[in-house]
Amino acid sequence: MSTAVIPVEAKPRTTYLNAGQTLKSWLLTLDHKRIGILYLISVTFFFLVGGIYATLIRLELLTPQGDLVSAQTYNKLFTQHGITMVFFFLIPSIPAVFGNFLLPIMIGAKDVAFPRLNLLSWYVFMTGALFASYAMFAGGVDTGWTFYPPYSTNYANTYVIATGLGIFIAGFSSILTGLNFIVTIHTMRAPGMTWFRLPLFVWAQYATSLIQILGTPVLAITLLLVALERTVGIGIFDPRLGGDPVLFQHLFWFYSHPAVYIMVLPSMGVVSEIIATFSRKPIFGYKFVAFSSLAIAIVGFLVWGHHLFTSSQSVYAGMLFSLLSYAVAIPSAIKVFNWTATLYRGSISYDAPMLYALGFIGLFLIGGLTGLFLAALGLDVHVHDTYFVVAHFHYIMVGGALLAYLGAMHYWWPKMTGRLYPEGWARFAALVVFVGFNLTFFPQFILGYLGMPRRYYTYAPEFQLLHVLSTAGASILAVGFILPAIYLLWSLKKGPIAPADPWLATGLEWRTSSPPPPENFERTPIVTWNAYEFRPQEEAEVIGGGKPDASSLTGE
Amino acid sequence: MPEQASTIAQQVDALFYYWLGITLFFTVLIVAAIILFVVKYRRRAPGEIPRPIFGSMKLETIWIVIPFLIAMSLFVWGAKVYFAQYRIPKDALDIYVVGKQWMWKMQHPTGQREINELHVPMGRKIRLTMTTEDVIHSFYIPDFRVKMDVVPGRYTQMWFEATKPGRYHLFCAEYCGMNHSRMTGTVIVMRPDEYQAWLSGNTSQLSPAQQGEQLFQTLGCTTCHLNGGRDAGGRGPQLAGIFGKPVQLEGGQTVVADENYLRESILNPSAKIVAGYSAIMPTYQGQVSEEQLLQLIAYIKSLSPQSGNAAMTSANAAQAASSPNGQRR
Ligand SMILES: [Cu+2]
Ligand SMILES: [Cu+2]
Repeated sequence: MSTAVIPVEAKPRTTYLNAGQTLKSWLLTLDHKRIGILYLISVTFFFLVGGIYATLIRLELLTPQGDLVSAQTYNKLFTQHGITMVFFFLIPSIPAVFGNFLLPIMIGAKDVAFPRLNLLSWYVFMTGALFASYAMFAGGVDTGWTFYPPYSTNYANTYVIATGLGIFIAGFSSILTGLNFIVTIHTMRAPGMTWFRLPLFVWAQYATSLIQILGTPVLAITLLLVALERTVGIGIFDPRLGGDPVLFQHLFWFYSHPAVYIMVLPSMGVVSEIIATFSRKPIFGYKFVAFSSLAIAIVGFLVWGHHLFTSSQSVYAGMLFSLLSYAVAIPSAIKVFNWTATLYRGSISYDAPMLYALGFIGLFLIGGLTGLFLAALGLDVHVHDTYFVVAHFHYIMVGGALLAYLGAMHYWWPKMTGRLYPEGWARFAALVVFVGFNLTFFPQFILGYLGMPRRYYTYAPEFQLLHVLSTAGASILAVGFILPAIYLLWSLKKGPIAPADPWLATGLEWRTSSPPPPENFERTPIVTWNAYEFRPQEEAEVIGGGKPDASSLTGE
Repeated sequence: MPEQASTIAQQVDALFYYWLGITLFFTVLIVAAIILFVVKYRRRAPGEIPRPIFGSMKLETIWIVIPFLIAMSLFVWGAKVYFAQYRIPKDALDIYVVGKQWMWKMQHPTGQREINELHVPMGRKIRLTMTTEDVIHSFYIPDFRVKMDVVPGRYTQMWFEATKPGRYHLFCAEYCGMNHSRMTGTVIVMRPDEYQAWLSGNTSQLSPAQQGEQLFQTLGCTTCHLNGGRDAGGRGPQLAGIFGKPVQLEGGQTVVADENYLRESILNPSAKIVAGYSAIMPTYQGQVSEEQLLQLIAYIKSLSPQSGNAAMTSANAAQAASSPNGQRR
């Protein structure tokens, strides 16, 4: 890295981290960056909890018989695993952590449009988490994360309502965050930051926010109906009272299919940022990538029925949903092709975030293409509700969303903490995650095609070998998650001081110091360049707070 | 690959191999391109900045249109197989299935009952009419590549034609509570002569239709549903010959008298009133079990010999799905 461009000041710089040291200054903060950190700690905790459930599930499945836990406990484990990972990790993960931290900086704003609402959304989220955790400690829930009635309404003897209430409440935090981001992007862009100069991460966040606002209320109502059916028997899902259990599936997936895109669109935004930075090229086909996010958000609302191909839904409805599912695959394909083309004639470095992004493309590709097996009506009949589906959505959720989350964590770690992480360890961990992931989930595609149904506590002996492979992979994957936890925490104290722009990147977040000052910039930036316009370090203006850091430290 | 033991299995597998090929092609294409670029264009000097390339309309068009066309081929093929799976043939052997936590109960047309086992002859189309006493289950035979959810409050149907004698897994594929993973069984495919021997070896009780006839007497249905209907002084419509036929309703609509219509008319008689009759029939909800309901319907079917095997068509199934039991108009 070259030398600093702004003269060194004497007094220690105020950053968002040292602006207030008390616990209260954190819990009552209105700073979007601190709220992002609050979310980071919360969702990482829930990832750990969900991971413990996953570990127990994989251990139980080592043998065809039930031995480690009881059938009832096993059913609770996969239910809690799904609920924790989906509602308390994946959905809030990238939007609430990196969206909160970065979105205002990326558009050159001081904060989000409604800072108080932003803090409220964290408290709402934690309240929801509290209810769900109460339910978990009281005895858990065993309906599957999908809550299908009449099992959930008339048969399950577990904490359905408390858990549902937790998800119901947490949903409002998702709505508030989405609302905040949309208003922020519309009204708070810095002068010169036109729509087509926005980083693609912002476009992805915008599309995600649309889904959060439009979809989440439907889930809320659906869960409310389950609670009402369970308590007073309003008869909307119970056929004996004139209801229809399949109606629930329509309502549930009307939210939960778009929710897949809440989880994966922000990841795509992250990948666009990382690919551009580490190949030092503008994203090929910027507008196609930007609009494909919106296309996914909109068409994503029209495909829910592909979860009901064997639910006695009309054959013609099935055809329509199948057709639309292929339509929504095209924008995802556009992104993959454009990312690949971006690499062409780039200047590519192999830093850890880039390894995660490249891993994302490969795994998302497999996840997406196997999704098309499931959208093919006649094929879905065979593989629906088998491990094929389990493997498919883990390729999207873990191979996609989680890898992007880890990539984002490494990429913006210097910005968030002011410290560099150890690159060698990080590359090694990325490799371990990639290998462990594939060993865990690839065998599950085969299991599924062989006919192994999902949510099985015991299974036919011929499936054992593939289950053992999967469990072995899971233990490697666990190592891949523990490693970053160790070296990232270590780097908080011991890591080299990070410069404002360790990667020679282009976003406005790299034009301010690491970590940024509370107000993000010393003065409002005036944007005269497009996204991903790479320039030599000397020409990049720093409009961050005060002293740029010990600049002799290299980032690469 | 699992065993291909039904006429559908090869069709599903052919589709699978087609898309597996396409998947491999695109995966190899993209991964190879990534590896090539990443190696060839690796960073040579820390400060280097390559010449920007912003995009290409031509390339974008190519990689939108070609994948779209390929996806459409999969869509059409997938829909074709789906129709083969779910278009229920008319000339099939009728077997009734009732799911309950956590077992499968089957009844053959000749009266034999089985639990978690299903004996079927090979080379013959088998039609399953299914319902459940409690939660949703799903009837899944991997080696036949067929699956259908079993939904409370309605009948769903599926069919298959087994092609190889043998024993095959039967799984419940929809999570249904504690012992979901134990709600499994075996489908035993026999040669037709073996099947006949098996049938006669299992002292046949009354057939479902005969049992239905007895129920029809004991429940007192005969007092209102006389042959000849209103013209013969009956307070309820005549049931002989109605199965599979359109029925004129009060208010001008017509429905086809399929299994789901008959079921609704027994459990919730006032939902659809036949034109010219009044809503005086009491509900039998809670008085007849799922199996007895199926027997009553089998009896009514047997009164319409010409259309006795008229299958619930897909379109009717769709209609039933969109107007669940008890929906009043
Ligand atoms: Cu979906
Ligand atoms: Cu089950």
